[in-house]
Amino acid sequence: MKIIYPLLFILIACFFLGPMFLAFVASITPASEFYDYSHIFPSRLTLEHINKLLFTLGGFRALIVSIEVALISIGISFALGIPAGYAIARYTFRGKDGVKLAMLFTRSLPLIVVAVSLVTVYMRLNLTDTALGVALAHAAMILPFVVIFTSSIFSSTFIEYEEAGMVFGLTRFGAFLRISLPLALPGLAASAIYGFIMSWNETFAASILSIQNRTLPAHILATAMASPDYFKYAMATVMAIPALIFIFIIRKYLISIWGISLK
Amino acid sequence: MTQIHVKKQFIPWLLLAPSLIYLIVFMGLPIIGTAQLAFESDEGWLGNFKMIISTKDFQNAVLNTLLLAAICIPIQLALSIFLAILVNKKFKGYQTLLYIIASPLALSDITAALISYSIFAPNGYLNRILLSINWIERPIYFFGYMFKSREMLVIIITEIWRATPLVFVMILAGLQSINKEYLEAAEVFGFNSWQRLWKITLPLLKPAILSALLIRTLFAFQLFGVVWLLAGRDITVLTGETYYWYVFMNNKNVASAYALIIAVLTFVVGWFYIRTIRSRYEEEGA
Repeated sequence: MKIIYPLLFILIACFFLGPMFLAFVASITPASEFYDYSHIFPSRLTLEHINKLLFTLGGFRALIVSIEVALISIGISFALGIPAGYAIARYTFRGKDGVKLAMLFTRSLPLIVVAVSLVTVYMRLNLTDTALGVALAHAAMILPFVVIFTSSIFSSTFIEYEEAGMVFGLTRFGAFLRISLPLALPGLAASAIYGFIMSWNETFAASILSIQNRTLPAHILATAMASPDYFKYAMATVMAIPALIFIFIIRKYLISIWGISLK
Repeated sequence: MTQIHVKKQFIPWLLLAPSLIYLIVFMGLPIIGTAQLAFESDEGWLGNFKMIISTKDFQNAVLNTLLLAAICIPIQLALSIFLAILVNKKFKGYQTLLYIIASPLALSDITAALISYSIFAPNGYLNRILLSINWIERPIYFFGYMFKSREMLVIIITEIWRATPLVFVMILAGLQSINKEYLEAAEVFGFNSWQRLWKITLPLLKPAILSALLIRTLFAFQLFGVVWLLAGRDITVLTGETYYWYVFMNNKNVASAYALIIAVLTFVVGWFYIRTIRSRYEEEGA
């Protein structure tokens, strides 16, 4: 009976990690060995495809746009979302449940349903094909998540600490700034990273809202099908590695990020 | 006294206002814009919808979206329940396994598609392995207009691989909130582990399962990157058609009509989702 756990462990790990590992190996396999069926794994490894993708085929520029978009959208959604999350956690007021449910609902609305109509608005505002335009849309996607998640973070930091601070002469805002915010910092950092991944991975709206200044996934969506196979795998590697590193950093928060919809 | 009360009521709304206004401007109004574009047509206000509904592509898109949901979701759910119960046994190394299962959560749909392509491509790993052990003489083709059902199979496998982690995390969260005492009591009364699973754990997991089911159904209408990269328009889905009509046919009205259909479907499933969550609020409150 004891042996069954290690066996299952290996089987499950292979199922979930195996494909990523294989695609990664494919992305560093020399082009000459792609159509050589005599062996499964390459005899030597090369970074040539990833280099070419980044520095010859415009991947690096797209990567910079992606980072720009993610940072702006996190900035916007945090500036607006933290006060809202704090309000939900700390105050009782009429309509609070309604606001919470509205946030949960907006969170499940895909950007697909607004992307095309945003283009017509952006044309008037000169926002088409800018990183800011894509970031504004991504912020609308991240914001409901930030509100829901920060409210749960603030409700788990003790209100008593804040009250004690206020007894010692801090204002409510001062107490928030000096007590609740530092206590909530790890959780906030985790949600910022999750927001980054959401923006980094968003393909549809980014593809519709930009033409030249494409984010990395939009660039990949437009070029992958016409690219040789080894570039496809290089794209997968370049997209996957940052996201995997980030999700590893916030691994302890995953359950609370997704368990949240159960509350 | 009333002054303070009014002020107290005022502050939370002041803090909420920026978020609410932002969501109205960037989600609410654009949806109305989508509806306007969708009903704008030379052949009357329903023109775009009449045109769409008469096409084979639309019928296939609806059918494919439903078919993919109907096949993928039950498998994801069963697999997730199994994995969650396994991880919850807290054997040595369970934490590592939890992270391993969760790792595809980080991947976007297009990344998952490209990873899957590395396995199922004509010169992909599956063919390489089968060729090297002499099971086949020529590579098996999974992609292309000629092999639609194989494309469908690959999309299903990819979706199961990519989306099971999300369901798993939601089920695990539900599982961890179950009071251990129920299970201990059942054990005292002589329930075996199979009975405990069916009579205690699964009924108590029902809310988590329902949430996961509804979330997955919502996401099923958003399925895009995997299908678009692996099958193009060989297999049409609602999101893919939105993209196709906007980017390739340059027709924002028909694209918006498709987007509006997705929005309506999301509203319907979302309404059920919100209702189940709300009823749980009330149960807990009572």
